[in-house]
Amino acid sequence: MWDYLKLVIFALITVLAAIAASYARDVAYQVHAILVVLIAAGLFVYTLRGVGGEKVVETGYMDGPIRVGAALTAFWGVVGFLVGTFIAFQLAFPELNFAWAEGYLNFGRLRPLHTSAVIFAFGGTALITSSFYVVQRTSGARLWGGNLAWFVFWGYQIVILLAATGYLLGATHGKEYAEPEWYTDLWLTIVWVAYLLVFLGTLMKRKEPHIYVANWFFLSFIITVAMLHVVNNLAVPVSIFGSKSVQLFAGVQDAMTQWWYGHNAVGFFLTAGFLGMMYYFVPKQAERPVFSYKLSIIHFWALIFLYIWAGPHHLHYTALPDWASTLGMVFSIVLWMPSWGGMINGLMTLSGAWDKLRTDPVIRMMVVSIGFYGMSTFEGPMMSIRAVNSLSHYTDWTIGHVHSGALGWNGMITFGMLYFLVPKLWNRAGLYSLKLVSWHFWLATIGIVLYAASMWVTGIMEGLMWREVDAQGFLVNSFADTVAAKFPMYVVRGLGGVLFLGGALIMCYNLWMTVKRAPAAEAAGDAAAAPAE
Amino acid sequence: MMDTYSIMRAFADSWFLIAMFAFFIGAALFAFRPGSNKVHKDIANIPFRHEDKPAGDRD
Repeated sequence: MWDYLKLVIFALITVLAAIAASYARDVAYQVHAILVVLIAAGLFVYTLRGVGGEKVVETGYMDGPIRVGAALTAFWGVVGFLVGTFIAFQLAFPELNFAWAEGYLNFGRLRPLHTSAVIFAFGGTALITSSFYVVQRTSGARLWGGNLAWFVFWGYQIVILLAATGYLLGATHGKEYAEPEWYTDLWLTIVWVAYLLVFLGTLMKRKEPHIYVANWFFLSFIITVAMLHVVNNLAVPVSIFGSKSVQLFAGVQDAMTQWWYGHNAVGFFLTAGFLGMMYYFVPKQAERPVFSYKLSIIHFWALIFLYIWAGPHHLHYTALPDWASTLGMVFSIVLWMPSWGGMINGLMTLSGAWDKLRTDPVIRMMVVSIGFYGMSTFEGPMMSIRAVNSLSHYTDWTIGHVHSGALGWNGMITFGMLYFLVPKLWNRAGLYSLKLVSWHFWLATIGIVLYAASMWVTGIMEGLMWREVDAQGFLVNSFADTVAAKFPMYVVRGLGGVLFLGGALIMCYNLWMTVKRAPAAEAAGDAAAAPAE
Repeated sequence: MMDTYSIMRAFADSWFLIAMFAFFIGAALFAFRPGSNKVHKDIANIPFRHEDKPAGDRD
């Protein structure tokens, strides 16, 4: 019965999307409608071929979406880093904004593609993948909702597809990190509600009496992102057959809503969600429980209560009322404490097992990622202080800060997670090569250091150049002077990106060979590739 | 007669602020309740159970 209903739904979507494609008012909308036709028609055929098949009762953990998710996380990582490295060189060498690709592959179009590819494609897929893995293992229960987990997984990939193609074709809200247009936003809302249902359903049928702290972080990430996404994307489409929409908020209210969203995307997507990863994978890889469970509870509640207020620090010295910007600044500084509490908790989990750092490059990766979490959560509050912000705002310092958090904390913990997960998911005794993990580790670390250091130098330099006045009170430097002065640092930043990308490619090769070549878990006994104890 | 904004603003920075702060302090204190050590030790070890199959599954 359900199969027939699905067939009707897919057929309806195909027909409606085909009609929409023919009435389309702009290219992006037309391309998206055609994509929807192809996807829905494909699903129709796929479902039709399976009608009447035997339904098997599934037992054990549901690892299908997690396997695909691990592979796609690595894939999106490489895509995102590649685009990032390319646009870094576009800034250093403007000739790379090719005339023939103007309007499609210039910096303005590729920049949101890069940010969304790394945050939402790489980071988001990593979060869905790891949350599905962790919630099952820590609940002792199979994912709730059967194939709903597959819907969440592929539904999210469709969001990525629509967003990425939309940017290149010019469909954008113009809101940073919330660029996708109204129909993509609506689809993401549906997928996200399904995600929440799968996660909550699994927690409800858990066999453990308590909910492990990692799941608290994942749950807060899912709920908060739902709230942020809906409020920040309130918009009215100009036409049902076009991709353009008009924001509901205007002026300073719009700016404040945007940065309330923007900063909590950092706080709940890139921090809370990834802390969920940290609280599971670091204890697993170190083979000892988290340092202090009490501290993890306080870490959680303090983070939840503080982060949501920090957004106004993105709007110092603007039309935003002073009290709001002071509120954002104060909460950002207070936020330093739970962040460092969490960092200490993660690092101290290794107490008594520090020797593993010498033998296990995967745990080294996780420790460095927690180190970068600590560094960027110190740098962030400092930059939110109004006086510091007057120097750092609009400069490359901000970009350096974001990347020490994103590459260092989010990137490295995700790499650690993949190195842990892939042998487990494909039932391998260990990784194909620990030496290659070491190579990845050093390439990535040196890449981040080059990136962050060059951005500090260029950021502070341009901040100082912008405010330099002569004895008569005239500005000394024109904007173009700062652009010229930044050139060497931009090249160094690009090289840092190349190293980071190279490390990620080595990881892909290593994980591929782990699945293809590494000995199976049971047969292997004490395999040579397993980390030394 | 106050407008909606002012009413909500006054409520937000007085009673609701106190309520949120009290909840936070309460949650932190609750973590230190007597007997919590044993419970927390048990929870902290959850990742080391049910690694390969759900609880209660036989193979």
